[in-house]
Amino acid sequence: MADTQAPPVKPVSVPNVRSARAVLLRRARELALVPALLLLLVLGALLNDAFFTEATLISILASSAALAMVVLAESLVLITGKFDLSLESMVGIAPAVAALLVLPAAQSGWGTELPAPVALLAIPLVGAAIGAFNGILVVKVKLNAFIVTLAMLIILRGLLVGATKGKTLFDMPDSFFSLATTTFLHIPMSVWLAAAAFAVAGLVLKYHRVGRSLYAIGGNLEAARAAGIRVDRVRLGVYIVAGVLASIGGLMYTGYVGAIGANQGENMIFTVFAAAVIGGISLDGGRGTMFGALTGVLLLGVVKTMLTMAQVPSFWIDAIYGGIILLALMIARVTTGRAQD
Amino acid sequence: MSAPLVEAQGVVKRYGPTAALADGRLTVLPGESHALVGRNGAGKSTLVTILTGLQAPDEGTVRFDGEPAPPLADRDAWRSKVACVYQKPTVVPELTVAENLFINRQPLRRGFISWRGLRTRAAELLDTWDVRVDPEARTADLKVEDRQMVEIARALSFGARFIVLDEPTAQLDKREIERLFGRMRALQDSGVTFLFISHHLQEVYEVCQTVTVLRDARWITTAPVADMPRAALIEAMAGETIAEQAIQLREVEDTAPVLLDVRDLTSDAYENVDLTVRRGEVVGLAGISGSGKIELAESFTGLHTPTNGTARLDGRPLPFGDVQASLRAGVGFVPRDRHAQGLVFGMTIGDNATLSVLDRLGRYGFVGTDRKRGFATELIDRLDIHTEGPDQPVSDLSGGNAQKVVMARALASDPRLLVLINPTAGVDVKSKESLLSRVDTAREDGTAVLVVSDELDDLRRCDRVLVLFHGRVVAEHPAGWRDHELIASIEGVDHHG
Repeated sequence: MADTQAPPVKPVSVPNVRSARAVLLRRARELALVPALLLLLVLGALLNDAFFTEATLISILASSAALAMVVLAESLVLITGKFDLSLESMVGIAPAVAALLVLPAAQSGWGTELPAPVALLAIPLVGAAIGAFNGILVVKVKLNAFIVTLAMLIILRGLLVGATKGKTLFDMPDSFFSLATTTFLHIPMSVWLAAAAFAVAGLVLKYHRVGRSLYAIGGNLEAARAAGIRVDRVRLGVYIVAGVLASIGGLMYTGYVGAIGANQGENMIFTVFAAAVIGGISLDGGRGTMFGALTGVLLLGVVKTMLTMAQVPSFWIDAIYGGIILLALMIARVTTGRAQD
Repeated sequence: MSAPLVEAQGVVKRYGPTAALADGRLTVLPGESHALVGRNGAGKSTLVTILTGLQAPDEGTVRFDGEPAPPLADRDAWRSKVACVYQKPTVVPELTVAENLFINRQPLRRGFISWRGLRTRAAELLDTWDVRVDPEARTADLKVEDRQMVEIARALSFGARFIVLDEPTAQLDKREIERLFGRMRALQDSGVTFLFISHHLQEVYEVCQTVTVLRDARWITTAPVADMPRAALIEAMAGETIAEQAIQLREVEDTAPVLLDVRDLTSDAYENVDLTVRRGEVVGLAGISGSGKIELAESFTGLHTPTNGTARLDGRPLPFGDVQASLRAGVGFVPRDRHAQGLVFGMTIGDNATLSVLDRLGRYGFVGTDRKRGFATELIDRLDIHTEGPDQPVSDLSGGNAQKVVMARALASDPRLLVLINPTAGVDVKSKESLLSRVDTAREDGTAVLVVSDELDDLRRCDRVLVLFHGRVVAEHPAGWRDHELIASIEGVDHHG
């Protein structure tokens, strides 16, 4: 017993078989939504000839890009075990601030008439500033994340309505819309950008210490602290990054719609949470992958397009959409075999 | 004699007016397993937080290898000297074992984590210390004993050779405890020093060479275990001689009516269990973990649902799978884990004690505050709970007193059947006495009592002890059994199950 060396005959094969199965199982959970997504695509193609065309598929992607950015942002916050409800208001206020900076006073702008590139730069800055504000209140002052960001959601929405007097902002320079209008390989830049953001986030979460620390913090705060992770700094950083991502999502939304309404992004947070949870992100923190979150977004995008194409009367779309979200949650629960807490 | 590895002298730690530690002393020699014992509130935990650098002492010194302890902020220096394995896991459940071992110091290749390198290093580390755990396993899936070994391996990889084990055996069964001790001895032979904290004095005699006793926040004595007979150790801990109470055997009259009558009960955890408990009879259930003893007991409380068979309480069928219905049928119970199932820690003692009898304290779902207070105060008196009153939060209480609150709730409804699962887990010697004396009171009141426990002291009071092995009742020992007989049948040595 005293010998610390491994005994000569070691059952090497046993852990290997076990670990192979464990890895497969983990992958299976990550890929849980893929069959559902494929099934929906096939179903869509059967129901409507126009569904499985380049134009429709691209429009699904284009309409999902902004949502994808906000889901990405929320997922990062959720993995560290916190909440950010105010992201949906950032989707509205960040591009609106930029628009107000360029528009003349006659078009309800602030009359500063800054050049468009400078104003566009303000968008991520606004997102970062709001994220930092949320982060300081939640992480440093230790207020409850749910209530702080709920208050911020209301405040920011109110500020947007106040600053625009409830009016819709339009006639911004073309560069405000170029994410949606310029394409590469027929696909809008917003889609490429969202895809790149997911890829980078996924890589960092998997292969960088900072990324891994998000899981450690969300999984067991004390263990993370004991391992020397600067818990508060990481969480604050995540709030800021989330703010930036959501504000860029806001710019994509503006490009897609072609104007900034005072209600831009309103009620979006419900869909964001639905996509994240369907995609396997745990509301308790410490669990979930970027790939999963992405499949959650795509699933909802496909469903929404299918409902529109099936010419469901618009008064009923929300009810059906909500029902499908619930159904998707149940399916995800059954296929992953895991409680969604 | 070699220089001490750890030396704490005159350590004082105050929280406000109360001194959690008034005179803490500890001298641990390299390569020994040193036991730290004392009743709840004696200052063990405080001493551990100071030894592991989580708090600075108000007075006194701590030295490692003759050097003064590093400053609190220098976590790396502390990690290379000492580590503590707590009852509460300090691993991230969703991550793999390998990643937990190297959390925040994963091997990098060009700035990014090399998962292959991580696996290799984890496997090497586990191999070095002979820890047979799959590095790719999800940590949440590990058994408690394996999780503890992973935490020990992680501590060793930081260079620490002094490991504090804080009640490591609390969640283990006999066999797992034996394995843990085996591994402790092996690690000890390769130069690891342990500070072992346990409520089970037997374990102190089994693995430790030296014992330090704390009482009322003060150091009492340090002595080689061999020179410290059990009675002297208990005396040092309690400050008074608790006479090893002679268990007076008393016969339950065979004519006493059968209160609990179980026929052919079967579930996925046990099969074909027949069981009767008479009025005023105390029946023990023993077995290794996984024997089905806990599931069997939980079947009567509604927490586990049998698939087949019947149970009758006082002639009437006992409903299964519904806690509320079980309570109404007259079952009171102390659940397996007071943290997870026993108490709502944010609520007051009064609220916790009366949680299951609120319907008696008012009408139509409304609860009379005064009646509740009165009822709770009565329970506090009855169980001798040390508290400022029913309005104090349960989270303030020590383990022993918290467990008394759980017991108070079980008794609050004047049950006809009292089911106690691990009633004295993590409880000090004196509280244990007081909790177990409740069993005698209940017995005199004509309650049928079912005790599930791994502790021989709990089972000693039973009129008979049934032993489960792989879900079947394999033996019955009437009161007066000898320790080795019961242990042999629990471990399945005397039969071929």
